[in-house]
Amino acid sequence: MDGTQQAGGPDVLGDGQPGDAGTTLGFPRIDCRNVNVYYGETRAIHDVSMTFPDRAVTALIGPSGCGKSTFLRCLNRMNDTIDSCRVEGEILMDGDNINDRDVDPVLLRSRVGMVFQKPNPFPKSIFDNIAYGPRIHGFANGREDLDNIVEKSLRRAGLWDEVKDRLSAPGTSLSGGQQQRLCIARAIAVSPEVILMDEPCSALDPVATARIEELIDELRKRYCIVIVTHSMQQAARVSQRTAFFHLGNLVEMGDTDQIFTNPREKRTEDYITGRYG
Amino acid sequence: MTDTDARSFRNAAALKRLKGRRAADARFKFYGRLAIVVALAALAMLLVSVGTQAFSAATHHVVRYDIELDPARIAPDGASAPEDISRNVEGFYGLARDSLLETFPEANTIPAQRLLLAKTLTRLAVLPAAREVAARPELIGNAYTLTAPLNHDLDLFLKGRGAGEMRVEIGSIAAAKADADGEVTLTGPDAFKAVVTRLASLRAEMGPAADTLSVLVTSGRSTGRLSDITANTARLDLLTGDAADFEQSRPAGRIFRLAESERNVSDQQIAWVLALKDLGRVSRVANTGLLTQTDSTYPELAGGLAAIVGSLLTMLITAFVAVPIGVLAAVYLEEFAPKNRVTDLIEVNINNLAAVPSIVFGLLGAALFLNFLDMPRSAPLVGGLVLALLTFPVVIIASRAALKAVPPSIRAGALAVGASKMQIVFHHVVPLAAPGILTGAILGMARALGETAPLLLIGMVAFVGDVPRSPLDESTVLPVQIFSWSNNAERAWEPMTAALIVILLVLLLLMNSLVVFLRSKFERRW
Repeated sequence: MDGTQQAGGPDVLGDGQPGDAGTTLGFPRIDCRNVNVYYGETRAIHDVSMTFPDRAVTALIGPSGCGKSTFLRCLNRMNDTIDSCRVEGEILMDGDNINDRDVDPVLLRSRVGMVFQKPNPFPKSIFDNIAYGPRIHGFANGREDLDNIVEKSLRRAGLWDEVKDRLSAPGTSLSGGQQQRLCIARAIAVSPEVILMDEPCSALDPVATARIEELIDELRKRYCIVIVTHSMQQAARVSQRTAFFHLGNLVEMGDTDQIFTNPREKRTEDYITGRYG
Repeated sequence: MTDTDARSFRNAAALKRLKGRRAADARFKFYGRLAIVVALAALAMLLVSVGTQAFSAATHHVVRYDIELDPARIAPDGASAPEDISRNVEGFYGLARDSLLETFPEANTIPAQRLLLAKTLTRLAVLPAAREVAARPELIGNAYTLTAPLNHDLDLFLKGRGAGEMRVEIGSIAAAKADADGEVTLTGPDAFKAVVTRLASLRAEMGPAADTLSVLVTSGRSTGRLSDITANTARLDLLTGDAADFEQSRPAGRIFRLAESERNVSDQQIAWVLALKDLGRVSRVANTGLLTQTDSTYPELAGGLAAIVGSLLTMLITAFVAVPIGVLAAVYLEEFAPKNRVTDLIEVNINNLAAVPSIVFGLLGAALFLNFLDMPRSAPLVGGLVLALLTFPVVIIASRAALKAVPPSIRAGALAVGASKMQIVFHHVVPLAAPGILTGAILGMARALGETAPLLLIGMVAFVGDVPRSPLDESTVLPVQIFSWSNNAERAWEPMTAALIVILLVLLLLMNSLVVFLRSKFERRW
């Protein structure tokens, strides 16, 4: 176990020091300190502090309604679109709090991409789905450059061989699993550093799920990935770090092996073993 | 025991319930079908009644006049400039009148000539010919065939309406003898048997009034009225032509169920038009004037062109005002406005605005645009603005519904690749909602196209003889023109009105087809 050292007690010290991340994990890409989220008067996230290491997959697990998706959406300020939602605390990226007024959410979202539960390709061609992000950010100089970005993104998402002959076909004509990989390619195309995945496989069959999981494992070499999942097995298979949320609290965080084999908290153990109410 | 009975599939109570449910099902289906049948029957009745009327107005009779374009009458006093010629109604009318009087020498008194001319040739009907000659001056001095629509009453008569015309068979006439007083008697064995029988049955039906009904016989270009009818003989009052035409002939017989005093056309006029027809000078042609002429006091000369152009200009104004306002308001309210009491209030009021009776908008338009802003009365500009007020709530509501139907996942997807709010709305949401927005806009316009009431109040009901050239000209629109024509007294307006209704319905149908086309072409799945 080369994860961060965990102190005892109910809380977690996942917010460890940059140099302490261990050999296989990168430095912390995102550092959250005392994050609280409110929906109106209701407090949905309580004082969560944790880090997300680069070049690793962090899984957020927990029962429905525990706030893991809400927390994930804080990381690229998707919660801004919900009027009643208010985020407090610090979420640091490169030392800047992304919730500061002078941080451009548009730039943030180009650095922190997101993949959703249900595949949501734009009702445009496959090419345009990928090219949309680079176009609006002005990443591509000319058509050739754009072609390269599209090809590279599709290759990284493992979709190139399947769609290279029909880039002008509508994205919605692909199968569910292909659509989800298209969405991953779309996220990759704007060269993000972090990719957030909100239950990316819950709408897919086991074969498509397996392909996405392979892909996540592949993408881990380049990106910091945060994945919310309801599947314990999936968390165990794809992630290096796991955080267990319960009722808006971060109960336990640690290396995936340790969480699944030797949880420190009783609640974590109950949840993982399926004894949870 | 009872317990198992109650749970068995075939116990009496369960079977009864099942039967009751099936009966209720069947009843409901029957009511539903009945409702559809009633609705379709109403639609069919509308289409049939309007359609048959309009069909009769789709063609009309025109009369040919072979005239010599005498320069002294076409361009009197050297007024040979095209605009003088095109305005010289009197000269052309005179030539056509002379040609007509020449054909019927028996019309040798002023009253008889008036009788002939009044129901045959309308003065203004020569205008198209005048325009043609003005455009082609080389025609002057040569023979020319002037064609002019037949007066509407005789036109209706020739279409078999307005006189209660019944054909009766007349047997062979052996002789037409004139006695010393010049009275002609037609004789033939059983020649008038059918007439006698028919008159007898009419007398049984109508009483003594039947004795005043006219019986006309026509042989070639000659027509006369019969009296003192017996099975073998009848006295003939010759109306036009020559009594000799009846010798050894089998004339066509007509009885009119309406007495002469109750008709718009007299026996004499009928005789003349039948003669013109026999001479091959009357022909039934498509009434293109419906689409090329403007409004007129004479139904045979009237057309809907000014109203069609007026409607198009008005719709243009409405589209340019209502669609941008409606779409922008909808996009703002749906995508950008905060959801609070103020926007709720605005939403409720927009919905109310869509339900305001249209005549109220007419009053508003009259007060605001005409009195306060001093815009021109009866102009498509004002009509278009009033209709825009009427239309844009509909556009807002339809556009908001279309915008709402764009799934949030598309917005989230665009947001996640770093699109700004504006980019999300204008790159993704609005294009996806466009078919719905267009549908709403076109349906709103279709409603505006059929509006009458508000336009009456801003003076678009005036008689407009010229095609409007700009939105500032005096104009009328199709529904208002329909309204005006339906108020006219002459019977001939009835089919003309129906024809105009058909034109309006065709325009509406085109707009609705456009909606269907746009939907099928641009609607996308997600």
